[in-house]
Amino acid sequence: MGNPVLKIRNLSVSFKIKDYHYPAVDDVTLTINEDEVLAIVGESGCGKSALALSIMGLHPKGRTKIDGEINYQDQNILRLNDASLNKVRGNEIAMIFQDPLTALNPLVRIGKQIEESMKYHTNFSASQRKKRALELLGKVGIPYVKRVYAQYPHELSGGMRQRVVIAIALACNPKVLIADEPTTALDVTIQAQILDLMKTLQEDTMAGIILITHDLGVVAEMADRVAVMYAGQIVEIADVDTILKKPLHPYTRSLLNSIPSKMSNKSRLHVIEGVVPTIQNLKRNGCRFAPRIKWIGGSEHQENPLLEEVEPDHWVRCSCYRNFYFPKGKTGEKHDVLT
Amino acid sequence: MLKFLLRRTLIMIPQLFILSVLIFLLAKSMPGDALTGQIGPQIDAERLIELREKAGLNDPWHEQYARWIGNVIQGDFGKSAIYQQKVTNLIGDRLGNTLLLSASILLVSYLIAIPLGIIAGRWTDSWVDKLIVWYNYLAFATPLFVFALIILFIFGFTLQWFPIGGSVDIQADKGTMDYVLSKTEHLVLPTMAGSLLATFGTIQYLRNEIIDTKIKDFVKTARSKGVPERKVYSQHIFRNSLLPIAAFLGYEITGLIGGSIFLESIFSYPGLGQLFLSSISSRDFSVVNILVLISGSAAIVGTMLSDLILSWVDPRIRVD
Repeated sequence: MGNPVLKIRNLSVSFKIKDYHYPAVDDVTLTINEDEVLAIVGESGCGKSALALSIMGLHPKGRTKIDGEINYQDQNILRLNDASLNKVRGNEIAMIFQDPLTALNPLVRIGKQIEESMKYHTNFSASQRKKRALELLGKVGIPYVKRVYAQYPHELSGGMRQRVVIAIALACNPKVLIADEPTTALDVTIQAQILDLMKTLQEDTMAGIILITHDLGVVAEMADRVAVMYAGQIVEIADVDTILKKPLHPYTRSLLNSIPSKMSNKSRLHVIEGVVPTIQNLKRNGCRFAPRIKWIGGSEHQENPLLEEVEPDHWVRCSCYRNFYFPKGKTGEKHDVLT
Repeated sequence: MLKFLLRRTLIMIPQLFILSVLIFLLAKSMPGDALTGQIGPQIDAERLIELREKAGLNDPWHEQYARWIGNVIQGDFGKSAIYQQKVTNLIGDRLGNTLLLSASILLVSYLIAIPLGIIAGRWTDSWVDKLIVWYNYLAFATPLFVFALIILFIFGFTLQWFPIGGSVDIQADKGTMDYVLSKTEHLVLPTMAGSLLATFGTIQYLRNEIIDTKIKDFVKTARSKGVPERKVYSQHIFRNSLLPIAAFLGYEITGLIGGSIFLESIFSYPGLGQLFLSSISSRDFSVVNILVLISGSAAIVGTMLSDLILSWVDPRIRVD
């Protein structure tokens, strides 16, 4: 694992709803290293996409307030003006979007869409750009590159389009690649191909990848380190083996417990009771997961929980994990990875 | 593409046939005919019956239709009973005027509407946007015949900046510079009245499309590539937002031929609209039929044109 390429410090992203700013991402601190896949895991609405978009500067101005620092090569990209930001994004930091069916401009040929970022970040001539675009199409595993180069997005399948989206992201050899649920919109066989492809491509580019997902299967396959997010905060962060085999935070354990297993003879799946609070109803102090594990007494939570390093490189928020258990009668108790 | 064109052209034949039958029957079913207006003390009732018989007005309708359509196909549009002139001559003079006026209205209204729509869509909810939307609803709510009269009164009558009627100064000779200038001068007021109100659809569509398009995922993709904001708009948002405008272009071109009855009447502009109105009131069916046939055919051609334009700008519906 290489040097850190992107350092996020105390990042908060707040959205303005009726004159108030509600943080969707709350005090997130993360480091992404070269040649590493950092997975960010959490339910819908936990702030993982908001985090990704803030790295790319893609939140609408005016309605979003971003505090903290995102440092890339000793410059805080949150402080950059538009022109300097545009030099970074697409060039040093690139993003792969969730839905390949909507991420491409329907009126522009595939080739032109891949070449577009080179137009602004390199001084390639038109023929060099074309050569590079064809090369990229080949790299992402597209057959008949010349034909696809001249085609329009609607002429390609979902999997093909996601390959094109990846080719676009890779066009300028970015050092950081953000993949926001890159396989969610694809069917399972294509998912595996796309994930393999990202792995292979990382070997060439040494890029640090931030993989945003809610699919723990994808995490197991891809990630080196995992950050688990709940209600805007990181609740646990560690390397992938620790997270999957020795998770500590109640939320991580509940998530893992919810995965149906072929081996078990449970008749019902494990369910985390309650719902993720909406951004307006979220209680901002205390352990944010406490309302969903009511059998853990209030005194066992910290008043103002912070991420603590409980063992080297394994950080957990709130001390409630020490007393956490799945109560008897709750399905899934046998499969709690700790017991 | 060629196959598509051919197919569309072939489909037009039955469409035009049905259209012509309908027009003919509708005109026939109206009470009276071109001779009704001639009834009076000076003319003998017997003579009228004789004239009717001679003109074939007592034949069964399909015979009359066959005679009429046969002539039309051969380019003989018949004679106007009122003007005692060939319909071709009547229309010929006015068609040019109408096309000129409608084209200038279309052009000016696009010149106003497209920039305004783009500004309103790009800077939504700014004060400029609010101003544009305000103008737009005002334009939508104002009846053309009221607005045209106001324009006529202010700029033609009170200030006397522009002529208040006609299409050209009768003293100007064809082919001279004066003639062209006079034509242009006569166009100003009707164009102004027509185009300032005709902007409504374009502005509204364009503004809404831009607002919809600018939050689309592919715009995010473009921004994430580091494309400068100005280029994000010009290369990605505008092109996609212009699709419905392009789709309407075909219909607008159709409208060019129909002309505007209100505008031509108010500004005494000798065009097809004016001719249409006067022919209906004098039951000059040979003229009315041809005018309706022309605008009906224009509508059919316009639909095809819309399809062609849209398939040209949008690869998703392009035909091979």
